[in-house]
Parts: sequence; C-alpha cells; structure tokens
Amino acid sequence: MEYGLDLEYSFNEFLKGFGLSSEIAHIIWLPLPMLLVLVAAVVGVLVTVWLERKISAAAQQRIGPEYAGALGVLQPIADGLKLLVKEDIIPAKADGILFTAGPILVLVPVILSWLIVPFGQNLLISNVGIGIFLWIALSSIQPIGLLMSGYASNNKYSLLGGLRAAAQSISYEIPLALSVLAIVLMTNSLSTVDIVNQQSGAGILSWNIWRQPVGFIVFWICALAECERLPFDLPEAEEELVAGYQTEYAGMKFALFYLGSYINLILSALLVSILYLGGWGFPVPVELIAKFLNLPINAPFIQVFTASIGIVMTVLKAYLLVFIAILLRWTTPRVRIDQLLDLGWKFLLPISLANLLITAGLKLAFPQFFGG
Amino acid sequence: MSIAITTQIICFSVLSLVILIGALGVVLLESIVYSAFLLGGVFMSVAGLYLLLNASFVAAAQVLVYVGAVNVLIIFAIMLVNKKEDLKPISDIKSRRIISTAICLTLLSLLIRVDLTNVWSLSSPQNSIGEESTIRIGEHLFSDYLLPFEVASVLLLMAMIGAIVLARRDVMSKDISTGLPVDQELIEKSSETLLTNKN
Repeated sequence: MEYGLDLEYSFNEFLKGFGLSSEIAHIIWLPLPMLLVLVAAVVGVLVTVWLERKISAAAQQRIGPEYAGALGVLQPIADGLKLLVKEDIIPAKADGILFTAGPILVLVPVILSWLIVPFGQNLLISNVGIGIFLWIALSSIQPIGLLMSGYASNNKYSLLGGLRAAAQSISYEIPLALSVLAIVLMTNSLSTVDIVNQQSGAGILSWNIWRQPVGFIVFWICALAECERLPFDLPEAEEELVAGYQTEYAGMKFALFYLGSYINLILSALLVSILYLGGWGFPVPVELIAKFLNLPINAPFIQVFTASIGIVMTVLKAYLLVFIAILLRWTTPRVRIDQLLDLGWKFLLPISLANLLITAGLKLAFPQFFGG
Repeated sequence: MSIAITTQIICFSVLSLVILIGALGVVLLESIVYSAFLLGGVFMSVAGLYLLLNASFVAAAQVLVYVGAVNVLIIFAIMLVNKKEDLKPISDIKSRRIISTAICLTLLSLLIRVDLTNVWSLSSPQNSIGEESTIRIGEHLFSDYLLPFEVASVLLLMAMIGAIVLARRDVMSKDISTGLPVDQELIEKSSETLLTNKN
C-alpha cells in the first residue's frame, strides 16, 4: 500500500529544482501542513457552531440565526469577532499566571492531537509510530488545565467545576483507552494509517463497527464525556455551577475554552470515524470501482480523485457524528454526578474490559477476521 | 553542523533548563499549588527528553502516567483539602534547611561520581530501534521482565484494596484515626441515595 499522493515528496522535489538543499526544503515544508490543519480545525469549529445553532433551533421549533449571511452562516464569525474585541479581564483576587495558563493548557493538547488525524494515505501531518496512543496521552493533560483555571479563578463555582471536570475526565479515560486497545489488538499497530488500511479490504463490510459494536458504543459515550457534552456536561452545568470553571473568564480567554471544546468534539468525531467507520474509505472500495471502469489506479488524475473522495468521506463521517452529538445535546437531560461516575466505573469499565478479552479470544480463534 | 543536530542541541538545552529550574521551584516555592503545577511541567520536560532519545512510546507513557494520572491526583488532593491556614513557624528551621541541603548535595556528588566513573555503553544512532521500541518493550514485559511486571501489578492491587478499605469505613468496626467504635447505622443512612425515598 505504498502508492498514493505524496505531496511532501513532490513539494521537496519542486523546491530542489530551484537549487535549494533538501534540508531547507524540508524546513519550508514543515509549517505548511500544520497551518493547513489548524485552519481546517478552526473552519470546522465555525461550521459546528453554526450547525449547533441551527439544529438546536430546529429541535426547539425556532428559526435560529437568520440575518448574518444566507441562513445565518456568518453568525459564528460574528461571535468570534465579538469575543476578539472584548476586554480581557483578570479578576482582582484571581491568580494571574495560572488564570492565563489554564485555557492554554486546555487548548494546546487538543490541537496537538490533530497531528495523527489522517485524511488519506499520505494526507496527515505525521504518521508517528505511536499514533493513537499519542492522542490518549495528550488528552490526559487537559484536566490539569481545567483544575488550574478552576483554582485560579478564586470562585467556588469555578473550583467545583474544575474538580468535576478532572474527575470525569479521569474516570472516562480508562474505558476509552481499553476500547482503543481492542482496535489496536486487531490492527497489530498503533498507527492511525494502519488502522484505516486494516478496514479497507471490503468497503463498508470490513469497517470495525461490525467487529467492535460494543467498543464503538463505549468509545462514543466516553468521547462525549471527554468533550463535556450533554448528557455529560456536569463541569459547566449552568443551573448548578453558573458556568463551571469558565465562570470568571471573558474575551479571548473564554474563546480559547470555547474553541477547545468544539475542536475536541470534531477531533473525537474524526477519531470515531477513523477507528470504527473506515476513515477515508469509500463504502465501496475505490480500487474496485477503478477496476470496473478499466482505469489505471496509479494514474495522477485517479490519484487526485481518490484523495479528494477520501477527504470528503472522512469529513462526511465526522460531521454525521457531530450531528448526532448535537441532537443528543438538545434532546437528553443531564445525568447527576454520582450517576456519571457509576456509569463510568461500574458499567463502562467492566464492559470494555470484557470486550478486550473477547476480542483477544476471537483474534486467536478466527485470525482471518480479527487480524492475525 | 547540520540543521537537525542544531535543533537537537537547542531542544536539549531548553528541556534541561526547564527541568532544573522547575525542579528547584517544586522544592523551594512556598505555595504548594505552584509546586504541584511545576511538577507537571518537569514531568512533561522529561517526556521531551525521552522523545529526543527516540523513545516515543516511553515519552507518551510518561505523559499518560506521570502527568495524566500522578500529577492530576496530586493537584486533585491539594484542591479537595484546600485549607487556608497559616502554618506554625518552626523554631529550628535554619538548621533543618542546612542539614537537608547538605544531604542533597552529598547525594548529588555521589550521582556525579557514578556518572564520571562508570563506562557507559552508548549505542550509535544507526543501532537505535526507534519506532520498533514499542514491540521490543512488549516482548521484554512478557519474557525476561515478567516477574517485576507482575509484582508491580500486585503492589498496585494492594494499594487499591487499601484505599477502598480506608474509604469504605463500614467494613471496619473501629474508626481508624480516632479508635472509637463506628456507628454502623449512620453510615448505612448516609450511603443511601438521597432522592429515592422522598417521593
């Protein structure tokens, strides 16, 4: 599976044509995919915010934003601009350094995790060997940022919100990691590219969701809990805690939290689609279609076409999941903190452990279906 | 000197500086909260050093275990207690500080001596296994390091059972801290859910 668009190689060859050394070419190349992914993430947030407003309006039989652009598509940009020009306030009795560092620590690990999200065979920033494990490790940093901002705000609602966020995040990380482990067991690799390639054999039939239905549901519940979405948005439960750890924040610092939570939602949806829904794979394998139409799979035009289909498929699957998450938010009530922790420790953890053991057993019994 | 090596040297010096300053801050700062957060920074920089040594799996494990679990729990405990009381001034604080500094310096000189006298077998960059290290670590854990691995898990299990026994006081007949007999009825009442019987 070594074919596919390799933009880095072509770009470096192009620069070398101007007489630059390969090292300089590499340094010029490095920031480009990072910038592209950052822009993609921010645009994704804008789209998600608009979707959230429109779908919530539809769920409550309202119209929602309408005047800012056609169908209100410019509303999220107006929101962003408003947050940009607002005054940056640090409460007088708050701890200035920790108050500023908190939102940064929440946002940076989420953005770093985009490193491993593949949109195609070579369309990712870095195919690191530890792949999906990097995301699990990075997402464990976030609770520190939440605790930090909760403590630094010097407000009891903030502190309670921060403590709740950390407790929730710790208890849901374990079933999350265990359900990822079952996938890794089937793939024999931690790399996200290998995980998608392992599902690309027979189109929609070979997606992991058929082989890991329990893992899929556990992962999705845990991902929602990690994103602090309703029904798991206890850290910022507005009826009890004002706005949780964000209570004292305004302007750009609040925008960082806002951005972080939406980027995290999109990232989780992307990872569900990569782990369980075949990533960039088309429901019918593209190679099969090309063979049917008698087209050479390695021709440049076919390559560009399959790459664009890959990107479209990844984004489509992710946004389908985002849509489900938004619907869930506007239709389900919130769970209590004890129900939340019970669900995590007494239900999801044993189920994901059993899922891991059964996967290991099935892998030994049917190596051709569960990855030998 | 190539760009790659220069980048490595810059990264190494920045990481070492952060580790040294951060570790000193953990020990010397008055505020326990700052110490706890700085400890997280030190753990992260150590993970960065592992990354420089091509041990990406160890680096990620370091972040997951030390930053994500150990440090979060430390901060959690500090914030749950969150007592704002003034500590009593200790009379002989100066002599205590001198003694502890002397002990630390002795240990440091011992470490430096070990570092200088030992002959380190350095592997050349060509021999490093890089991405394959994850597989090697797994193989070692299930062959020659199996016993330490299992002993460590038994140790963790013991700690977990101990924590559960301490938290669930109804399994004891006496209170651990005060030695008084525990009122079992009170515990039964408080462990019931609050809302079930009210309607």
